[in-house]
Parts: sequence; C-alpha cells; structure tokens
Amino acid sequence: MDEILRLENITKIYPNGVTANKDANLSVRKGEIHALVGENGAGKSTLMKIIFGMEQPTEGNIIYNGKQTQIKSPLDAIACGIGMVHQHFMLVESMTVAENIVLGAEPGKGPIPNNRAMIEQTKEIIEKYNFVINPKEKISDLPIGTRQKVEILKALYKGAQVLILDEPTAVLTPQETTELFRELRGLRDMGHTIIFISHKLNEIKEICDRITIMRNGTTVGVHDVGSVSQQEISNLMVGKDIDWNIEKNPPKRGEVILDVKNVSVLDEAQRSILKEVSFSLHAGTILGIVGVEGNGQSELVEAITGLHKADAGSIKFHGNDIADSSIKQIREMGLAHIPQDRMLRGAVVNGSIEDNMIATFIDKEEFSSGPVLKTKKIRSWSEKLIKDFMVKTDGPEVPVKMLSGGNIQKVIVAREFSSNADCIIADQPTRGIDVGAAKFIHRKLIEMRDNGVAIMLISADLSEIMDVSDSLLVMYGGRFVAYFPDASKVSEEELGQYMLGVKQQTSEEVKGCIA
Amino acid sequence: MINKKKLSFDTKFELMRFTVAILIAIGLSFVTILIVSHEPLLALRKLFLGPVESFRRFGNVVELAITLSFAGLAVAIMFSANQFNMGAEGAFFASAGVAAMFSLALPLPPVLAPLFAIIVGGITGAIICVIPAWIKMKWGASELVSSLMLNYVFYYLTKYFAFTKFKDPNCGFVGTFKIPEAAKLAKIVPHTRIHAGLIILVFVVIATIFFMKKTRWGYNLIQTGQNPHFAKYVGINTGIVIAYSQIVGGFVAGMGGAVEVLGMYNRFQWKELPGYGFDGIVVAIMAKNKPQYVPLAAFFLAYLRIGADKMATATDVTSEMISIIQGVIIMLVAAQAFLSHRRQKMLVKEVSKNV
Ligand SMILES: Nc1ncnc2c1ncn2[C@@H]1O[C@H](COP(=O)(O)OP(=O)(O)OP(=O)(O)O)[C@@H](O)[C@H]1O
Ligand SMILES: [Mg+2]
Repeated sequence: MDEILRLENITKIYPNGVTANKDANLSVRKGEIHALVGENGAGKSTLMKIIFGMEQPTEGNIIYNGKQTQIKSPLDAIACGIGMVHQHFMLVESMTVAENIVLGAEPGKGPIPNNRAMIEQTKEIIEKYNFVINPKEKISDLPIGTRQKVEILKALYKGAQVLILDEPTAVLTPQETTELFRELRGLRDMGHTIIFISHKLNEIKEICDRITIMRNGTTVGVHDVGSVSQQEISNLMVGKDIDWNIEKNPPKRGEVILDVKNVSVLDEAQRSILKEVSFSLHAGTILGIVGVEGNGQSELVEAITGLHKADAGSIKFHGNDIADSSIKQIREMGLAHIPQDRMLRGAVVNGSIEDNMIATFIDKEEFSSGPVLKTKKIRSWSEKLIKDFMVKTDGPEVPVKMLSGGNIQKVIVAREFSSNADCIIADQPTRGIDVGAAKFIHRKLIEMRDNGVAIMLISADLSEIMDVSDSLLVMYGGRFVAYFPDASKVSEEELGQYMLGVKQQTSEEVKGCIA
Repeated sequence: MINKKKLSFDTKFELMRFTVAILIAIGLSFVTILIVSHEPLLALRKLFLGPVESFRRFGNVVELAITLSFAGLAVAIMFSANQFNMGAEGAFFASAGVAAMFSLALPLPPVLAPLFAIIVGGITGAIICVIPAWIKMKWGASELVSSLMLNYVFYYLTKYFAFTKFKDPNCGFVGTFKIPEAAKLAKIVPHTRIHAGLIILVFVVIATIFFMKKTRWGYNLIQTGQNPHFAKYVGINTGIVIAYSQIVGGFVAGMGGAVEVLGMYNRFQWKELPGYGFDGIVVAIMAKNKPQYVPLAAFFLAYLRIGADKMATATDVTSEMISIIQGVIIMLVAAQAFLSHRRQKMLVKEVSKNV
C-alpha cells in the first residue's frame, strides 16, 4: 500500500521549554486505521497538532503524498486534506449542527451564508457517510457521542482524506463506540485514512490495522496490530512490565453514609429527567452506576454534590438532610467529587497545578491561618501529590493548560482523592488516563474502600466499572432499572440489555439497593 | 531547578518585549512628529526629556504616577474577578468630593483628619463599585453598561452636594471651601508637590500584592475570575467573592480620589470627570492585572503624559500625540504573538544549552 503521510525526526520544544517530541517518526499508509498509543504526556497530541498545523515542529520534516510539505496552520492542513478531531472538543455550542459543519466554508455568496444550501449540503454529507444526525439541532442539546460525529463530519465536509481522532472514544459509551467504529470502517472502505489515538487497547485491537507506540516523546516502533498482544503493547509503552492484577477482598459493608430517597430533577422545560430515584451508599463499598449518557446520571451526581439541587425528594449525608447545604458545607461534611468534565469544572486551566490542587483545602488550618496562606506548606503538599499521582510535569508552578489531557485528569483525581473524604463521587475518574495510571487509580479506589470510604463510581467504561464495583445499579430513562448486589455475577451483555431499556427488573428487585 | 531557570527566562523575555514595544512606539512618534511639526527636534526633546529637565517637573511625573497607580490597582483588582467594572472613574470623582466635604464638615486634628478622610473616600468608592456587581447578580444586567451609567449619577450627585452646600462664595471659580490645613497631606520632597500619598501608595501596593497572592481571599478571587464553574464546584461562594472584589477595588479607587484631592488641591474644584478611572484601565492592561507591575506602568504613562504636556506648551505639536503612542504600546504589550517567534528561537538555544 502507498504511504500517504510520513513524519521524519520531529522534535518539538514548547515555549515553556518542555520537549514534547524528540526525533519522532511516523509512517501512515493510505486507507488504513493507524493507532497511536503511549502513556499520558508521551507526546501524541503534540505530534498530531503538528500534522494539523496547530503547532510548528522545532525540527523535522513532514512528507505528505510523497512531497515534503510545510503545514503552517490548520488552514494549510485542511487544504492538504487533513482533518482533526481534538481531545477537547471545539464546537460552537449555541449554533446548529449544520452551522458548525460548514463553519469557515459556508456556502453562498458574500458574507451572508445561504441557509437552504447549508442544510442541503449538510444532509448530503450525513447521508454519504451513513451517519444519523439532524442538521437543524443545536449543539448544546446533543449528547457527547453525537457532538463527536459533528466534529468528524466537519472535517469530512472540508474534504479531509486523512482524519486524526485524538482519543475519540474517551467520552463515549460502549454503544456509541460501536457505532463510531462502524462509521470509521465505512470511512476506511471509502479510502479515507484514519489516525486513531486511544488508551483502550481492546479498541485498538478491534479496529486498527497498524500501531505506532510512543514513549517519552519519541516513537519506539510500529507493528501490525494482529502481531502484538495488549500486554506487549502496554509493556512497550511503559518500557517495563506492568502489573495487571487488581487484588480485591470482599467488601466490609458499614453503615449508610449517603441516603437518597425519591429524588427527582426537572430540566428547564419542567420535564423530569430524574424520576424519584432511591438508593443507599454504605461505608466500605463501591457502588457502580452504569447507563448510556443522558439517562439521569449527571443530574443525580449534581443533586448529591449540591451543584444543582433536587426538585423533590431527600438526600441525607451522614444522616443530615443536605437540601439547604452549600457545596462547601457538603464538602466539609466529607464528600469529594471527581467531575465528568475536566476542562469545564474540574480545573482552572490558566492556573498553576498548585492552584488547582489546593482549591478544596485552602480553608483548612494546615494551609492557612486566618486569611493568610501558608505558601510553603502548600508547595510541599502539591509537590507530594505530583509525585504520588505521577503527574508528568516540571513542577507545581506549571500552568495546567500546559499538561497533557491525562495529566490534567491526574491533577483533579489527586486533589479529590487526598481530601480525606469518607464519600467519593467518582464520575469517569479515568477518562483519558493511560492503562498503567488507570490501574493505579483503580487500586486507590479499592484501597480507600477497604479503609471504609463509601464510593459511587460512574463510568462509561464497562470493564472498569465491573472490575472495581462491588454492586451495580443500571440507569435508564431517569430511573434505576436493575440492581446487582454482586457486580462480579453480571455479564457485559446482560448489562447492555438493561442499559438500552430492553430488559427491566421488577421494582422489588431494584429496591434491593435501599438500606 | 528547571523552573527557576524557566522563570528568569520569562522575565527576561517580557522585559525585552516591553522595551522593544516602547522603542517601536517611540520610533512611530518620531515619524509622526517629523511629519506634523515645524520644529520636530524641539518637540522630541520636550516629549522625551521634558519630564527630567527640572526637578520640579520630575516631581510632576511622580505626582501623576501616584494617582494613576491607585487607579490602576483598583481596576486590576476588579478585572481579576473578571468583572468589567468601569466604576473606578465615578469612584475617583465622588470620593475626592466626599473626602473634601468630610474634612470641611468634621474638622479633626492633623494625621487623624487625612486618615479619616481617606477612609471615608475609600468607603465611598467601595459603595460605588459594588453597585454594578449587585445589579448584575440581582437582575443580570451587564456591569460594564451599568457602571458607565452610574458614573454619571455619582458625578452629578457629588457636584450637587459639593457645589451647593460647600460652595465657597468668595472663590473666583466654582469650588468648595478651602480644605483645612490639618486634613491635607504633607509635602515630602522639597521643591515639588510630591506628597505623603506616595507613602500611602507604597503600603497599598504591598497590601494588594499580599491580598492577591498570599491570602485565601485573593486566591478565591483569582479562581472565580478565571473559571467560575470551577470555583463553584470546589465550594467557593462566587457571589460573595465578586462582591468583595469590587468592594476592595472600589475602596482603592476611593482612596486614590481622596489622596489626590488632599495632596494636590486646596479645595475640591473638578468640573468634569477626571478620566483617571479610564487611565486605570490602561495601566492595568499594561501591568497585566499584576499589582507589582502597576506602579511601573503608572510611572511610564505619567512620564509620557507630562512629556506630552511640555511638548504641547513649548511647540506646535498637540498633546493628543501621546494617545497614539499609548495606543501602540498597549497593543504591542497586549498582543501575545508579538515577538513570539524571537522568543522561540531564544528558547531553543536555552534548552539545547541545558541538554
Ligand atoms: N501548550 C503546551 N505548552 C507546554 N507544554 C505542553 C503543551 N502541551 C503539551 N505540553 C507538554 O508536552 C508533553 C506532551 O503532551 P501531549 O499533550 O502531546 O501528550 P499526550 O501524549 O497527548 O498525552 P495524553 O494521553 O495525556 O493526552 C507533556 O509533557 C505536556 O506537559
Ligand atoms: Mg493527548
């Protein structure tokens, strides 16, 4: 097969002096799905941003279609036929699907886009690639999985032959991932080339043809996906053997920490999104909540954490009703929360790592006396967290926006895990985190549970949730439709049927999750 | 270790960038003056050397820099909370008037008199600046618009009280009675009008740096300004933070107004808004909202202003010239991309040196 893109000895030094790529080489064939893997901070996103013209290489060459090519900006890349879907989406939320897809290349003469043509062309391209989306819908009304498709279509509309997908599945549910893979195979069959970044090695085995592995900014080899095992891939990524086993003793179930009764939440249009849900969370246990995104999980989390109060029902934390408690009071009572969206809520990207790590501790006596901060204590504390959670960085003063996606997530996890809470709401805690670090977080969760912490785990990653949780609740249409007291006794297929609303337990069975 | 090196690199680079920005601006004014003036050499000399031609004139620069520093600090604090509050302008005017009226209405012994007048001025400023934030929280109105409107409300209110109840009928122009000597700020440098406000400013600058960097209040303020969703999620009460940020900023603006009238004038006699609040925005932008850079930026702007004045009185070039220079510098300082190419080259050299 022909080579469509080759990177030769790419070195990239960022303006802050970090060497993100060092002599990286990549060769991608036309019509293949090429995987790019590596630990958090290995330099994958940087290398892709270089191909897409968002960053300039400090040294090295890009050879595209056999010709040495300078890609000075994303416009150049698009003109070459290269498209990219970023790790953190870049859609205009207040605009429609069609408007986003044609953005920057609107049909019509002069400054006023031709609305009819825009809708028509969008429909055409949606049909051509066999996607299912309504072009007139607003982005802000769409679930993440659909937004992602809009991103892909946006690139295809501009004529992308080579499509770079930076961790596209990190935010998807298994169902959405399956659908995405169907579409990606379709694209490949039409002759498109895809570069696919993911930390989920099973996905790579499933859909990719070849794989390039990165370690510490450089590429350490390319293989046919069929010829390497997941274990081998991860060993190559890390440069040493990693321990896959998670040891887990049976839970020592303690008292009820969190008691949720008949909680309902309405959306802006007064429709109920969460419908009288009840459950109790016990000390020393991990309760997994599974469900396709948009079935009420986020609303449940927001109601418990106090970010958006419930419209009806009661939530008791340590026996106290928290309806009138502020977020701060709830946190002080012992709740920690890893939020789903790290860029929106989880972090101040312009702030330093230290600022981000200290945010929930700042009022503690350890770190401030009266209004005055104990800067030395704060410094040594954040240095310790950076070390404990293996955040790849030069130090606590580095702004969070200069970290790789997975390392930003580690900063958030470090902060929430170290807060001494006795109840943790972990919403997608390992999103975007590499295999090794994800295992580390799983072990931490289990260790905390063994120390008597009550944990509620929400994750789109079924294998994660089944490995880590003690019991499982399935959400569908704003309700719990199934309860499994022993998570190890369920199969992925069975869960899937409940998640899609095909099956449903009796309300008696579901009530097993109360007290 | 790497970090220390890194930081010194950044400071070095920023300094270089600022210098180049100034040089370009000077070059531009040079060209402009050559074009518009019949006596370009004299004009240039007055513009750039005018402020240092005599000790007294240099004093003028410092006097103005004191005022601009107060304004710049006030704006920097308010903007750090991501509130585009323009209230510093109204606060400056009103608190100058209120401080003068206060010292007339309640004569106090020396030291106490200016102290209380400045505190009262500060409170006035705080009230004026918190109103737009309050309106925004209550009804969602843009603080930008409401503060601009309110500036006029306070302008006329102050004028009304100052120039009816406290008007001196024996004064040749419109003004209040003379401020009692006990209330005035002492001159501290002979042959200039530099006053004790300079000492107060030093304290306020240090206090502001401490407030922003070393206290929980400053920390919460900065997080709220940078990402309100994050602030809310970690448990910061953003409503309160926004309120106190505007109160503190307004207080500093109010102190500035009071210091100005007690240090520089015999009576309150402003007929129009002085524009210091808006100058404060310019200073805050140049200082990138960092309190430690505010005095430098203020001094720089003051130097240009005094130079422009001297140029205008001595030659045929008008002092509006300086607006051009000011515009160019602000643009270059604010533009991230300016010289970034050069920076990258310097950096690569530095990094390869260390490897
Ligand atoms: N804008 C930036 N400025 C400075 N350094 C950066 C910037 N972006 C990334 N880096 C640094 O470059 C290195 C590589 O980051 P990159 O985002 O390419 O990693 P990645 O392989 O995509 O990781 P992840 O799996 O976590 O997304 C990291 O050490 C990161 O801190
Ligand atoms: Mg990345």
